[in-house]
Amino acid sequence: MTTARTLVRPAAARSRRRPSRTRRTVKRNLTAYGFLCGALICFAFFSWYPIVREVLLSFQKTNFVGEARWVGFDNFRTVLADPGFTDAWVNTAEFTLLALVVGYVIPFAIAIVLNELKHARAYLRFVVYLPVMLPPAVAVLLFKWFYDPGPGLFNQLLHAAHLPGLSWLDSTSTALISLVIVSTWMNLGSGTLIYLAALQSIPGELYEAAELDGAGLFRRIRHITIPQTRLILLVMLLLQIIATMQVFIEPYLLTGGGPEGSTVTVAYLMYQYAFNFTNFGGGGALGLMLMLVLMVFSAIYLRVSREEAR
Amino acid sequence: MRSRILATALAAALGATVAGCGGDGSGGKDTAPLDAGTKVSITVGCMPAKSQAAQRKEWLEDVAAFQKLHPNITIDGKDAFPCIDPNTFQAKLAGGQMEDVYYVYFTDVRGIIANGQAADITPYIGQSKQYPNLDPAVEKVFKDGGKVYGLPRQNYSMGLFYNRTLFKKAGLDPDRPPATWAEVREDAKKISGLGGGTVGYAEFSAKNQGGWHFATSIYSQGGDMVDASGKKAAFNSPQGKAVLQNLKDMRWTDDSMGSKQLLVDADVQRMMAAGKLGMYLGAPDNATALVDQFKGKYEDYGMAPIPGSAGTLMGGDGYLFSPKASPEKIKAGLMWLDYYALTPGQGQLNYARAARDGRPVGIPQPKLFGQNAVGEKDRQLRADAANLPVANFKPYEDAYSKVPGKLEPPQAQQLYTILDSVVQAVLTRRDANIDQLLADAQKKADAALARSGS
Repeated sequence: MTTARTLVRPAAARSRRRPSRTRRTVKRNLTAYGFLCGALICFAFFSWYPIVREVLLSFQKTNFVGEARWVGFDNFRTVLADPGFTDAWVNTAEFTLLALVVGYVIPFAIAIVLNELKHARAYLRFVVYLPVMLPPAVAVLLFKWFYDPGPGLFNQLLHAAHLPGLSWLDSTSTALISLVIVSTWMNLGSGTLIYLAALQSIPGELYEAAELDGAGLFRRIRHITIPQTRLILLVMLLLQIIATMQVFIEPYLLTGGGPEGSTVTVAYLMYQYAFNFTNFGGGGALGLMLMLVLMVFSAIYLRVSREEAR
Repeated sequence: MRSRILATALAAALGATVAGCGGDGSGGKDTAPLDAGTKVSITVGCMPAKSQAAQRKEWLEDVAAFQKLHPNITIDGKDAFPCIDPNTFQAKLAGGQMEDVYYVYFTDVRGIIANGQAADITPYIGQSKQYPNLDPAVEKVFKDGGKVYGLPRQNYSMGLFYNRTLFKKAGLDPDRPPATWAEVREDAKKISGLGGGTVGYAEFSAKNQGGWHFATSIYSQGGDMVDASGKKAAFNSPQGKAVLQNLKDMRWTDDSMGSKQLLVDADVQRMMAAGKLGMYLGAPDNATALVDQFKGKYEDYGMAPIPGSAGTLMGGDGYLFSPKASPEKIKAGLMWLDYYALTPGQGQLNYARAARDGRPVGIPQPKLFGQNAVGEKDRQLRADAANLPVANFKPYEDAYSKVPGKLEPPQAQQLYTILDSVVQAVLTRRDANIDQLLADAQKKADAALARSGS
């Protein structure tokens, strides 16, 4: 009966009701739209606008005073002809790879140990997270002293163990790994806590069953821990690649790109172009190249995250 | 998709706004003095920060006195410490936040002028009464193609900065500092022989400062960074090799340069203030930095002309004008700089007031004027008010006019980046091949100079 009445309602009445329904929907979601607007404005100004501006900049020559001039691919040609271009990419790739070997495995291993501990877990978690609370510049300067080939802590420890000291930041063969160590130390806490959260979500019965079947620690890690945390491990791997490929603070504060350009990364070269050589187009071109490479990893990351959500 | 469209639209709108702000600002041909009835307000960079209480007090006194003389002009000082930061300089310019009269280092002047980021002030330069009295070498820093773009505030030439206390401890005469690079090597050996981590001689080698000091050193040996055309590198020369060979010998044969390298100015100053370093290349105002920032003592330091003395690098700072500044603002800015920076007995050159305020007086810097009456007056006023052991700087001051001051090369920062690596190689690798390093660096430098079209 109700349906029949609705069906015979005049068209004018229907059109009067429709806006009120929309209004109701809008009203109901007003708070959500408000939050969305705030986020959109923030992203537009602080992320999307700089990205678009950076892309435009890479095809322009500008002094930020007069009108910018379009120069096509000239900026890309300039940076590609730079003898330091290939070295910067090689250094970045090496840093990323070393950071994966050192910085990816260690936090996971620490998380497993912390998860296995029965006592002082909260205290140790705090200790592991402590370096994250230190401002990066302070942490880097602390390591500057650790790495001092003379009175530095690391060489003192090596000497105490009757081992020869190393040149650390002063040698082309050890400078990059020295930066990786700093970077790993600074980011250790966050990674460890994320892994720890993932480990704690694994049902305890699985371990109990494995123990009853006689599985040792390493078999439990191999057959339970790693498969159960596979997705978070993959996500962390991709995030780490994206973060470490943009490494800048460590070479900027510790080595200035030296010795002999062995720690000049793509981000550092970008900085040199923009701020030392006032060639913003060149810096923009390098930034765009790096962004395209990182977009590949970001796409994989998004796919993996979606899979994890399912 | 919608967000992408929104971002593009926003970017286009904002980009258009930024681009629309441009203008050449080259000014007209107005040489008349500023009309006393015209109200002008100018922003000026490098007002001393609050942490520099005495200097700030003096600045504010000067502004008040100047505004009393010229009631139509308002000086709006902008403070910052340090006065210039390469990371924010371009952003300020892009965002339209650059002061009307902005602060620069000598190093950056050429690049800024070449980028069209400074106003041509030639038609208005008559507003500066002291301009004709400037040392021609200093005046040249702010000129390009016959046009004038700015005025200096401080200037210096590089010399040998040394620790008199360590000289005495090492059995050396602090009143007879080394005059040649061979003597530097000998003295460095004796100072590092004191042990306890003492370093005889230190050299910068990171963040382009290695290249900068290489330029200073090659000038001291009579060499040059680029050829007369400015389009080819000239550092792959016997003088360039001598600079590097000397460093290599001190670092590896004598072990008088310490084991830690990739040093920058702050590292070296820290070593000097801690009494652990004998010598390094620097400017007279290093003494102030050592005392103010690193708690050193003036009486510990002395300064000599650069070893070799065939030439030395000039440095300093000054002011350029925003390309968007109106002729009135440029005139007012020139009048202010004339009052504050370039008139002996006034502003920054009021040594008696500085001494009364407890500030150090007596360091032979700046040396803005040539050998003329104004220069003589400035030197006399400084000597009269000196409260520092000025005799420690006498060797440097006596030789000042005899050592030719040279400017930085074109594309200075790019050349310095290239040479940083060369200096680093010599200081960090025992087997560094100097010939090969210089040949490779020359190729890179030639390409950089060709790319820039300088």
